[in-house]
This record gives sequence, C-alpha cells and structure tokens, in this order.
Amino acid sequence: MSDTYFEILRSGINTTVQDKGRNHMYHVGIAVSGAIDQRNYKLCNKLVNNDLNEAVIEFAYQGPLLKLKNGKINFSITGDVLFRIIRKKSSVEDGICYKNYILEDEDQIDIISTKNTVYGYLSVTGGFKLEKVWNSYSTNTKANVGSNNGKKYSIEDKVFIKNSNLQINKEKKINYNPSSDNLIRVIKGTNFDFFSSDAQNFFFKKEFSVTKLVDRMGIRLSGYKLENTVSTNIKSEGLVRGVIQVPADGNPIIMLSDHGTIGGYPKIAVVISADLDRVGQFTPGSTINFKEVSLEEAQNIFKAYTDETNKYLNECD
Amino acid sequence: MIKNISNLGDAALYCDFGSEVNKKINLNVIDYFNSLAKFIKENKDCGISNITPSYNKLIISFDLSITSYAEIRNVVKNLKIIGDTHINQKKIKIPICCDNEFGLDFKKLSDKTKLSKEKILDLYLNKEYFCYMTGFIAGMPFLGDINENIRCNRLETPRVKVPKGSVGIAEQFANIYTFESPGGWNIIGKTPLKIFDQSNLDEPVLIKVGDEVNFYQISKEEYINWDE
Repeated sequence: MSDTYFEILRSGINTTVQDKGRNHMYHVGIAVSGAIDQRNYKLCNKLVNNDLNEAVIEFAYQGPLLKLKNGKINFSITGDVLFRIIRKKSSVEDGICYKNYILEDEDQIDIISTKNTVYGYLSVTGGFKLEKVWNSYSTNTKANVGSNNGKKYSIEDKVFIKNSNLQINKEKKINYNPSSDNLIRVIKGTNFDFFSSDAQNFFFKKEFSVTKLVDRMGIRLSGYKLENTVSTNIKSEGLVRGVIQVPADGNPIIMLSDHGTIGGYPKIAVVISADLDRVGQFTPGSTINFKEVSLEEAQNIFKAYTDETNKYLNECD
Repeated sequence: MIKNISNLGDAALYCDFGSEVNKKINLNVIDYFNSLAKFIKENKDCGISNITPSYNKLIISFDLSITSYAEIRNVVKNLKIIGDTHINQKKIKIPICCDNEFGLDFKKLSDKTKLSKEKILDLYLNKEYFCYMTGFIAGMPFLGDINENIRCNRLETPRVKVPKGSVGIAEQFANIYTFESPGGWNIIGKTPLKIFDQSNLDEPVLIKVGDEVNFYQISKEEYINWDE
C-alpha cells in the first residue's frame, strides 16, 4: 500500500509544522518555537482524537492548498480561518472551523486565509509522519532545526500522514468564542525603572499599534515613544516568550516563540502566560493596551485560562 | 553568588549575579547552570523548561501548568552547587582565514585603532579567549576578552547579511556567525569549521560556555580546501 500524503499545490505565506515547542535548548541559542497559539493547537488535535502533543500544520495569513493522495483521512482546522474543501467529484464546500471533516482520496483543502488573526492550525487523525528533533516536531526556520529540515513548506513538497487505516470517528465540534479584547496583561520587567516616569505611566495608558513587522520571532509596536533615562543597552542576557524589549528608538518589541535567545535591550514588561496566545494573533494595524497585574494575579489568571481550555477540550469528548 | 532572585514575568526566574562582566562572575553563573542541568536530569518532572546563562545573569524558565515561581525559587536556593566548571573546560583551536575577501572591516579597524592589519591580527591571535555564553542565533559563542588596543564599537549601520563562519569583534568580545545573519560586529575573517551542527544531536555546538578558545591563521587556499 502506498503512503498517504498531502501534496502541496500552494505553500501559503509561512506554513510550518508546530507542536508544544522545543525545550532545554535556550542555552545553545535555539528558541522554544512551537505553535504561537497553544490553545488553538490543542483544540485542533482534540477535534481529530489525537494526543494533544501531536504535530499540526501552522499557517499564517494565506494558508496552503493541499491535495490528499493515497488515502482517506479525518482533519480539522482551528483559528479564525476562511477555507473550503474541493471534493474530487467537483463539489466545493465552505469549511467551518472547530469541527472535523472526512477527506477522500484526491480531495483538496484550500486554506484561503485567516480573517482577523494571523495563525491557524490543521490537524489530521493519527498525526504526520515526521521525526522529532530534540524532542519536538516544531520547525525552527532560524536554526534550520526540526520538521522539513527546519524550513517552511514550499510548493510540491509532500507531507506524509502517519496512520492511513484510521478509524473515522463521529463528528466532533467545539463552540469556540475567542476573546476579541485588545487588553494585554503584563508584569513589570526587570528594567522597568530605566524608563522616565512619563514612559512608565503612559506605557499603561496609551494605545500601541501593531506595525507590519510581525513574524514568529516577534511583534514590533509603534505609538508613544518610551523614553529611557538610564541606558538604552544592557549587557546581553536571556529572553523568554512575552518579554517586551525597548530599543533606543522607544518602540516596544514583544518576543514570540522564535525569538533570539539573548538580547541587549531593556525589558519594560513581560506578557503573562495566559495572554500569549492572544498577543501572537494580533494583525498589523490592530491596537494593544497594556495592563499591569501582579505575579499572584497572573498565576490566578493562568488557572482560569487553563480551566477554560479544558472546558473547550471536554466539549468534544 | 546570586545577589538577587526576582521574577521575569510569571514563568521565569531572573537570577542576578552582579553588573560587571568578568570571568569570575561568569564561571559562577556557569556553575549554577551545570548544577541545575544535573538537577533537571534527575528530576525530569520538575517543570523547568530552559536555563539561559549569560555574562552575569541566569534565567530559568518553567512551565506554569506544572510549577510556580515560589517552587523553582526554592529549588535554586537549595541547589547543591558543583563548582567544577574550571576543571571541565575544553581548549579549542579555531582556524581563521583573514584574507581581505573575508576580513571585511580591517580598514575601518585600522582607522579607529591606528594599528596596521598585521598588528591587529598579532594582538588578536596571541590570546586565549573564554566563552561567556552562546546564543542569540544557534551556537554563536561570545568570547572574551580581546586586547584593549583593538576594541571598537559595533558598526554604525549593521550589515543586512553577515556570511556564515565570519569572525567578528566588538567592544571586549569576539564571536562567530554560525548562520548567515544580520549583524553589526567588525568582521576580521572567516572560519571553515562548523561551529553549530544540527545533525550532531548529542553535541550540536563546538564551543560551549566555559571553554577556552584560541585562533590560528590559515591561508585562503587552506580555507578553500578545508576538510573536517
């Protein structure tokens, strides 16, 4: 029997394999990678009965056009995504996110684009036939590590699917209502006192715009210029996801999953863990307001976030 | 010793060893790093996901769904420190070709330092360097300290692309570009050695924190015919 795979007829803008992420490699200079929106990644796996840590395909803005070869599969798409299913027998169906579909041999999935967000996810029952590198499937295009030799997918690539004699399970659905809030909660950073009192004050009062410089490494913001009164450089030190650095030009940069592992700009704040999924989904032109919370509040908000994720996951049991 | 521990967001510890950059403080950071790495091996479920040593800081990230700031802070406070970094240092010799085709910034360096290319190289090559940290891009080593007479600021306008293998200097440090990357260091040559090798899963980096490095010059012909 031949292997089941997707043939990539259009690659999309930034189509990669992602999972929970790659740990224990920061000290070497390899970022954590992993799905930018971890909740949507988990829901995507759940909808096709996968282990929650299975690899999925992440796409940004325009997604791929995929043709199924040699098999029949279950798939699901999560996010705020416009897609359609082109059946071999010439009918075209509009796709609905957060439900699972059966795809027959030679059918196509046309992921036209994400709508008011950047990233969407595609899972297949059984997962993709890939090798883990340092315990993760995630593609890291900066270090050329992980699935597809650490590169984003291109036209004519093949993505092999692990289990071709799968059990087609009953229809699953999640009623997902993502928050469209533009308030991002942060904890003050280790260099908060480098900034002028105006900057400290206005960081939490002014609205910041997301510029066009948005990718898996980070998000550059513009708006009120944050004046630094101490030093615009620090001795380079480690970074984590969510750190907001401010270079000399006064415009904050939020670190996302593929960020450089060390950096030398002062850290004004850090986005709390519960808001990382949302912050990664802001499109160029949208606006963000920052709100300060304490460590204890952040921990409680994270519990609520986890409970909410579990509530969605349980919906399709 | 750690002077202060604070939180970096809700899922990382920020351990501050001081503000100076010197070998003594950095060795202490690396001792903590090595001891924590051992602790993680023995306690796989502790929730620590990454430890990042730098000149004088150690950042410990953890999974907030498994553990918390208070718990990891206790781990660090009760950690048994194995102070053997200085014993386990490797000595690594790095070939470098300083032909003008690869050493892109000798003219600028000569203007700034008032020294000839030969003198700059003499001062650069006759020194042993210490690897303070690796990172920014995969496997990039931050080596120090370079001779005071050849210290220069970074380029005013960073290059969009620095070729892979380029050796650069800025302020008291030297580094090696393990990938083609944007960068603002003054480039003095290029090494044919693979400093980061993602196909070597056990030892992807040639130069690790705490290692001693020195450079020796090779000709362009040797560079081109280099066989690892």
